[in-house]
Amino acid sequence: MKFLKNIRIVLSILFFLPIFLFFIDFTGKLPLGLHKLMSIQWIPALLSFNLIVLGILLVLSLLFGRIYCSTICPLGVMQDVLTWKSRFFSKRKKKIRFEYSAPWNILRYSILALTVIIFFFGSSFLVILLDPYSTFGKIVSQLFRPLAIWGNNLLAFTLSSMGNYTFYKVEQVSFVPLAFVIALAFFILITQMSWFKGRSYCNTICPVGTSLGLLSKISIFHIHMEESKCTQCGACEKQCKSQCIDSDAMKVDDSRCVSCFNCLSACKKGGIKYEYRYKKEQSQPIEQKINTGRRTFLLSSGAALASVALSGTNKIIGKDDTILSRKPVMPPGAHTLEHFNDHCTGCQLCVTKCPMQVLKPAAFQYGITGITQPHLSFSTHVFCTYDCNICSTICPTGALIPLPMEEKKLTQIGIAKFRKEKCVVFAKEEDCGACSEHCPTQAVHMIPYKNGLTIPEVTEDLCVGCGACESICPVRPYQAIYVEGSTTQIKAKKPSEAKKFNKKIDDFGF
Amino acid sequence: MKRRDFFKSAAIVGIASFFKTNALGSVLSAKGITVHSQPDLVAVMGGEPAVMLARALKEMGGIGHFVKRGQKVVIKPNIGWDKSPQMAANTNPELIGALVKLCRGAGASQVIVFDHTCQDWKKCYVNSGIEKAVLAAGGKMVPANDESYYSEVDFPRGVNLKSAKIHKALLECDVWFNVPVLKHHGGAKNTISMKNLMGIVWDRGFFHNHDLHQCIADAATFHKRPALNIVDAYRIMKSNGPQGKSDTDVVKLKSLLVSPDYVAVDTAAMKLFSQVQPTDLKDVRYIALAEKNRVGTQNLERLNVKRIKL
Repeated sequence: MKFLKNIRIVLSILFFLPIFLFFIDFTGKLPLGLHKLMSIQWIPALLSFNLIVLGILLVLSLLFGRIYCSTICPLGVMQDVLTWKSRFFSKRKKKIRFEYSAPWNILRYSILALTVIIFFFGSSFLVILLDPYSTFGKIVSQLFRPLAIWGNNLLAFTLSSMGNYTFYKVEQVSFVPLAFVIALAFFILITQMSWFKGRSYCNTICPVGTSLGLLSKISIFHIHMEESKCTQCGACEKQCKSQCIDSDAMKVDDSRCVSCFNCLSACKKGGIKYEYRYKKEQSQPIEQKINTGRRTFLLSSGAALASVALSGTNKIIGKDDTILSRKPVMPPGAHTLEHFNDHCTGCQLCVTKCPMQVLKPAAFQYGITGITQPHLSFSTHVFCTYDCNICSTICPTGALIPLPMEEKKLTQIGIAKFRKEKCVVFAKEEDCGACSEHCPTQAVHMIPYKNGLTIPEVTEDLCVGCGACESICPVRPYQAIYVEGSTTQIKAKKPSEAKKFNKKIDDFGF
Repeated sequence: MKRRDFFKSAAIVGIASFFKTNALGSVLSAKGITVHSQPDLVAVMGGEPAVMLARALKEMGGIGHFVKRGQKVVIKPNIGWDKSPQMAANTNPELIGALVKLCRGAGASQVIVFDHTCQDWKKCYVNSGIEKAVLAAGGKMVPANDESYYSEVDFPRGVNLKSAKIHKALLECDVWFNVPVLKHHGGAKNTISMKNLMGIVWDRGFFHNHDLHQCIADAATFHKRPALNIVDAYRIMKSNGPQGKSDTDVVKLKSLLVSPDYVAVDTAAMKLFSQVQPTDLKDVRYIALAEKNRVGTQNLERLNVKRIKL
């Protein structure tokens, strides 16, 4: 049955590499269609209520156990890569790599219970923090992507000084300290755990891993030790990165097994097999296991529920936007602040795919529960492109509802506010008009002022809140025109067209 | 002795200067003849962009008059916006392609095209159709989206703009062509050849913050003048500039204006434009300010203007 491990490795590479490169790609060269690989992840499918994907994942898990964890989940595969790498640094290269360790049931079931309970109380705080796919997105976009961009820029700098412009410099604008720190913290934690203890992150902290563990206890196929053939040599146990094989007791903890099939390749005696679970003689011990798991789960759920009730849910859930001096500008397609907060996991996919890099992970703009959720952050030449709808079409969690291009052009993500007293035209009595120049709908337009000067005026109905005006306004650091985010994204009015000029000109006029 | 020496040298200087002025005069008059045979401004109407360009350059003495074998050429179109050629927000790609081809034909070792765009530069380069036309004609597109591509240059004759960072490709080239499109403009009233110079500069915010018109006029004092300003008026944007809202902002004039004189070509372009959208030339303040900076003349009567209808 050694081929199973090879299939698993090939599949995991096929899922992992495109996802990894898609997050890294800062040139927009990879096809956008790759975003579908994100929609088949558990939490995004759950949040977007994608019944087809959910059905397939559920059936796969019930059939084969946690193959989601070992092949589809990019964070899982990343840990495998780290574990595999650790071998080259380890002194005990070929000796014992892993050994059985007891599950941390209370911790893992408490985290799962807390995540679920808080989510149903209306806050996706822990989902944002713990969804493995989103954690992977944060790590790659905050740690690996900047490195790739630096590399590119170094290359671009060297080559362009020699007159070669094949590579061009890309600005590092999506760096946000808080998001960086969170990504770094998770990366260190996960590296540490996977380096020494294989998949222990998946089996103690990850709520997806824990809940799939409950499913894999009843999966049709599972890893089973053949008591008649097993010599208790422990070869399988040493290869088990989930540390769930107890070769002395000849038991496999199904809830922690990620179906990586390493053990199958390790066993030379045929003492460990991947086989049909519901043979008659095996029903007894399994039931017992389910019971203990269920008991712990219920116990920790109760404890978690109590702790949430005691700590006061309002504080954790708090979506009060009054604490912000300015409302955040949500990406187009977010619909309402509530919908957005309920669905967005801060996976950074839209942030990495935004061609203008105007999307950035939020710090506290959405409150403490919305850290790393994307918001628009305007700076010179950085604003939302009028005919671009990429973010809304690639969002895997349904936080951004896909907007067809014509609809996107009318979606009001915010409204420009003009502060006349700060404007160059008012303060210096000089022509400017940079804001109107950049306004795609002419919601910001110039009206006669005095001495032949013109001054900006905003028609709010026409404004889509793209921030072009704010990005280009020369008044700094506090612009004379800025965008106030909309908590409900409504439709702007369609801009009226100019009158067509039909006369024929056949003279130069001079 | 001293007094004698003084008289001696005074006499020598006097004789020398007499000869010198003579020589200078002959050079001046010779130049006068060439100026006379070649127009100061050529206006062409009624053809396709490439045809009008070829005709205008022929009147100006041919491309070989401007581009010599082995020279590095820069062409600076307006590629400011992520819009298709039909919207007239950017210079016509056929015109740019044709110019690149002519330069290559004249033996240019390299023809570089760039613009400091207002929107995502990659999308601007692609969707304007300019990148494709340039590459097909044997030219090179160069990015201008980062400060590292620019070098500080002094503008000693500038009133508000005393120095600015200019794209290195332009500083390093042997000859360059300024190829704007004629458009309405919300801020500067109109954008033609001088307003197009904002695309060779890194910090445009300074312009908007220090009297836009004066800074545009100051930019025209940039010591390295283009060999020619080639104003694309094949399609013009009559309203809602510089981006335009729809194709109703666009008027097809099928025209082209060519002159080495910024002020003259912008003045002529404004007169052409005013037939579509009446505009007071005085409101486009940078034109008069540039004349004051002595970079050209608004007085078309004094120039040798050649008008050609195809």
